[in-house]
Amino acid sequence: MTGKTVVAYSEDRELGLQILSKGREISDKLGAKLNALVLGEKIIDPKEYITHGADRVLIVEDPALGSFAVETYRGVVLDALKDVDLEVLLIGATKRGKELAARVAAALDTGCMTECIEIDVDEEGRLLGERLTYGGSVISSQVSTRKPHIATIPPRTFKKAEPSPREGEISVLDVDIQDRRMKVVESREKARGDAGLAEAPIVVSAGRGFKDEADLKLLEELAETLGAKVGCSRPIAADLGWMEEWIGISGYKISPKLYIACGISGTIQHAAGIRDAQIIVSVNNQEGANIHEISDYSIVGDIYTVIPALTKALKERMK
Amino acid sequence: MTKIIVLLKDIVDLNEIKIDPSTRQPRTEGLKRRISDVDKRALEAAIRLKEKNDGEIAALSMGSDKTRTAMLEALAIGADSLYIVNDSGLAGVDALVTSKVLKAAVEKIGGYDLILCGEMTLDSLSAQVGPRLAELLGLPQVTYVKQMDLEDGKLRAVRDLEDVDEVVEVELPAVVSVVREINEARIPSLMSIMRAKKKPTEEWDASALGLSAEEMRAGSSIEVVKLEAPLVERKRIVIEAETVEEAAAKLADAIISEGVMEA
Repeated sequence: MTGKTVVAYSEDRELGLQILSKGREISDKLGAKLNALVLGEKIIDPKEYITHGADRVLIVEDPALGSFAVETYRGVVLDALKDVDLEVLLIGATKRGKELAARVAAALDTGCMTECIEIDVDEEGRLLGERLTYGGSVISSQVSTRKPHIATIPPRTFKKAEPSPREGEISVLDVDIQDRRMKVVESREKARGDAGLAEAPIVVSAGRGFKDEADLKLLEELAETLGAKVGCSRPIAADLGWMEEWIGISGYKISPKLYIACGISGTIQHAAGIRDAQIIVSVNNQEGANIHEISDYSIVGDIYTVIPALTKALKERMK
Repeated sequence: MTKIIVLLKDIVDLNEIKIDPSTRQPRTEGLKRRISDVDKRALEAAIRLKEKNDGEIAALSMGSDKTRTAMLEALAIGADSLYIVNDSGLAGVDALVTSKVLKAAVEKIGGYDLILCGEMTLDSLSAQVGPRLAELLGLPQVTYVKQMDLEDGKLRAVRDLEDVDEVVEVELPAVVSVVREINEARIPSLMSIMRAKKKPTEEWDASALGLSAEEMRAGSSIEVVKLEAPLVERKRIVIEAETVEEAAAKLADAIISEGVMEA
């Protein structure tokens, strides 16, 4: 048995490194060792996990791990951690990560806090988590009362640490790979539709106030003037299919310096996606629309006349 | 014939939740409860499978005294029978315990080929019950499904992942969770609502499932310490002017004065 251990895992390398920085903090508070669990067909540059905070890298390499299958991965995770005195297991909250975490938690007969936006440990060494509930309108502060404590962490919640010259151990584990019953027949690449939304300093966004897809050009002109990325609310993407991805609790959570919502009503789900924007501007013809309640500046007016006027006014001022 | 168990949860209408401005706590008492939207789409998916392949649909919900009223809609939409686990001793338990209770209920219903649920319920957003149930039952899980069909006793589905659409096949029985994109749930007719009241409904407490509510409750591992709406500190300035051009000019000035346009 090892000493107290915190383990971080994500099949998404970047997210894995982000979790390590928070995992380091938690491990130091618990007086625990931080392990990065890395699974795959061929592991490249495991040292990177150490320079980003891990004390040890646990590696399982196998051709069967080339693509993620939850049944196989759950078995590997459980087997890889069976000799570890596991205090905390942090898993990246991708869709795959979430189903893996829930299944591993069930196997270990313990709780799991999904998509924590903040985590900490209390004086008894219990894991504390903050997560969104009620469609994203409320923050639920929770405590995991028994170990192993499990939490999943969404992408971009924590910043990865600056790499530092640290020493650490790299262990290659020999693990039984179980067969999986769900067979993948085909994997169709998706067009990456986020259009850089997550990192964009300015985002302008379309909602149901737009009557026709062609009208989005009004917004594109505003975006061009501002050097902004164009996003939308959920119905525009999920129901109308005018764009690939949307902004909101179930889509992209963004934190631009400036967010301009056009023809968006401002449901709690959408509001949760833009909460971290520095300045929110809204244009909506409904006086009572919730978006005005969560904006810094708003115009109650018709997007079809206000947007072109705003584009023009901004152009004049930016000359 | 395919027997499908659909897991449903009644939740408060999220659009009706008001935040108490002084305590920032959500007010949920007295609000109407409805079937969580994605769960309802799981039921719709079950009905479409039944229409194509013949079958039987049992709706299963763990809830409260209010659940029966909310679940009438499930029977009206097309579930053939309804099972409710209602035990005040189980109120507020976490996903770990919920999935153990549902496992017991699913086994009591028995004879299923497929267990369907939503990717997550919209109140808790925890997305755990499907995978946990699959683990407890030792079944394969097919999550985030946006399209599915049955062929020769096999389920063929399209999974909606971040980077790919994954086409998969699995032998039944299996646990399947669906995403919102899978369908649009039908609206029940008045006639079907009338008929719903005559469909078989059973209500179980923990002991009917061979469980002790007290023991189950003690096994709960996640406790909610506080529920609080995040503080929204926005300026909430409504720009008013005689003309659209004036309003736009004022807004442009305001945006520039915030200094958010420098790279």
